[in-house]
Amino acid sequence: MGKVLMAGNDAMAEAAICAGCRSYFGYPITPQNELLEYMSAHMPKAGGVFIQAESEVAAINMCYGASAAGARTMTSSSSPGISLKTEGISYIAGADLPCVIINVVRGGPGLGNIAPAQGDYFQATKGGGHGDYRMIVLAPATIPESIELVMLAFELADRYRVPVMVLADGMLGQMMEPVVLPEHIDPATLPVKPWAITGAKGRKPNLITSFFLDPVELSEINVKRQARYQKIEEREVRYEEHETADATVVVAAFGSVARIARTAVRMARNEGIKLGLLRPITLWPFPYAPLRALSQRVDVILTVEMNAGQMVEDVRLAVAERAKTPFYGELGGLVPSPRDILREVKRYAS
Amino acid sequence: MFKDLIKLDRLPTSWCPGCGLGQIMIQLAMVMDGLGLNHTNSTVISGVGCTGRLAGYMNVDGIYTLHGRTLPVAEAVKLVSPDLKVIVVSGDGDLASIGGNHLLHAARRNPDLTVLCNNNNVYGLTGGQAGPTTPRNTKTVSTPAGATYDPVNLQNLMKAGARYFYAKTTVYHQLHLRNCIKEAIAWPGFAFVDITCHCIENNGRRLGFNSAYEMLQHFRRTYKRAPDGAETLGPDEIGIVRQG
Repeated sequence: MGKVLMAGNDAMAEAAICAGCRSYFGYPITPQNELLEYMSAHMPKAGGVFIQAESEVAAINMCYGASAAGARTMTSSSSPGISLKTEGISYIAGADLPCVIINVVRGGPGLGNIAPAQGDYFQATKGGGHGDYRMIVLAPATIPESIELVMLAFELADRYRVPVMVLADGMLGQMMEPVVLPEHIDPATLPVKPWAITGAKGRKPNLITSFFLDPVELSEINVKRQARYQKIEEREVRYEEHETADATVVVAAFGSVARIARTAVRMARNEGIKLGLLRPITLWPFPYAPLRALSQRVDVILTVEMNAGQMVEDVRLAVAERAKTPFYGELGGLVPSPRDILREVKRYAS
Repeated sequence: MFKDLIKLDRLPTSWCPGCGLGQIMIQLAMVMDGLGLNHTNSTVISGVGCTGRLAGYMNVDGIYTLHGRTLPVAEAVKLVSPDLKVIVVSGDGDLASIGGNHLLHAARRNPDLTVLCNNNNVYGLTGGQAGPTTPRNTKTVSTPAGATYDPVNLQNLMKAGARYFYAKTTVYHQLHLRNCIKEAIAWPGFAFVDITCHCIENNGRRLGFNSAYEMLQHFRRTYKRAPDGAETLGPDEIGIVRQG
């Protein structure tokens, strides 16, 4: 199949269908509306289920039901809607159900605005909902990568029985790029889920729950789940390094900002500044080890985000005091330009 | 045997002595058994609260959902697995208060779900606070001066749509209850069974009842069968109203 020009929201919706997702539940919110609209047209054509729910709360709970019934399922929203979904996400994690959630992040807090932002990093990576749970968080920087990561999200969700979030932003949702769509996965070829609610033919009845009154039982279940999280941390860290081999200064950035920072790297190199880029692709599990390694040979790791400084806390955890870890952020839905980033870099480059 | 539909090894239940939930579970099991519904073709989905425990006692695939979110979960299960008979059992607080918005919209979308509402007028599990169906002026632990508001009228809510199935029954009227469950399961759409049930420990005693038996006798004296073909049930009537 050749290249087609697609907007990010459409591309992420199509990627879910390619991944064998046949149930989608959403609610309108800008800047992710096109994703829901795409699903309303294309999910029924693919033989799947689409509901525009009465609220984000209903949509995530429909995912809970569809996932419990063994289906690949997805919902999408933007920041305020994701806040509503966090209740359901905690239960989905607590019931060990796979589910994919797309967050096309907008400016916040509160109603904020509809411009691209990264202020949901904490919410996505540090919990959001209640209890000891983790969610794999994938951060695409381009639309082709959004497709790749939506496909991966379904695979990881099923493999580890966890919710997986694709953390995009308003720019990635709205922007168009040429993409090559992947081969469709036939849902019938996906592995059977013996734990699902399918009618107990030839097996004992299953009970999907996150409710365990006995502290010993709940403790055991949590310990097992934490062991699974540890496996994810060991196996699933993804990141990209760009021009870091000889760098003295490295920008750490994710998503759209990382893409802008690549241009800043080229501009810096043209001026003789040895600038590199480290881009976490998984925000959880976070690439602590590569950052730790970098911090032993560079002077400065500058974190750039479209928020007031959220990922920088993880960068500082990784780096400790081995290198300087300044921060540059834009707030309110403002997007930093390559020149803005270069200006900040020059404050630290010798 | 209807007993095959209940996890006997999980008995006794966590419900208080005298609770009406056991009756609802047994009547559901008897109806399911009579209709050939069992672990191979059915699922029971429940919410949070005393009634929420029911899914765990039934010997079929089950889901404990979030408080109030039973209906969206069940609707998705039915969509993804249309061959499964999906039965929802939950309380009035779960369905009509925290889940009220889902109730409105699930009824509007009219999926093929059977919903049994254990309507005991209070939040029993948490100690007997007022709920959405608590009659005005009733004293509860959260309404010491009497409930301030008029209760939700579930019949009117359910009848607001173009298509509806609403049954009102009580745990005293066992044959009627059984028949309502049977008719609801046969209804090819959203069927809501409003089951008046007693909560002796966390409501009845405060109202002056000395035993569950007294509460059941109160249901016997209060509720009369509605005339056949009634389009609306009076406040003290049990029966079924439906429009396909």
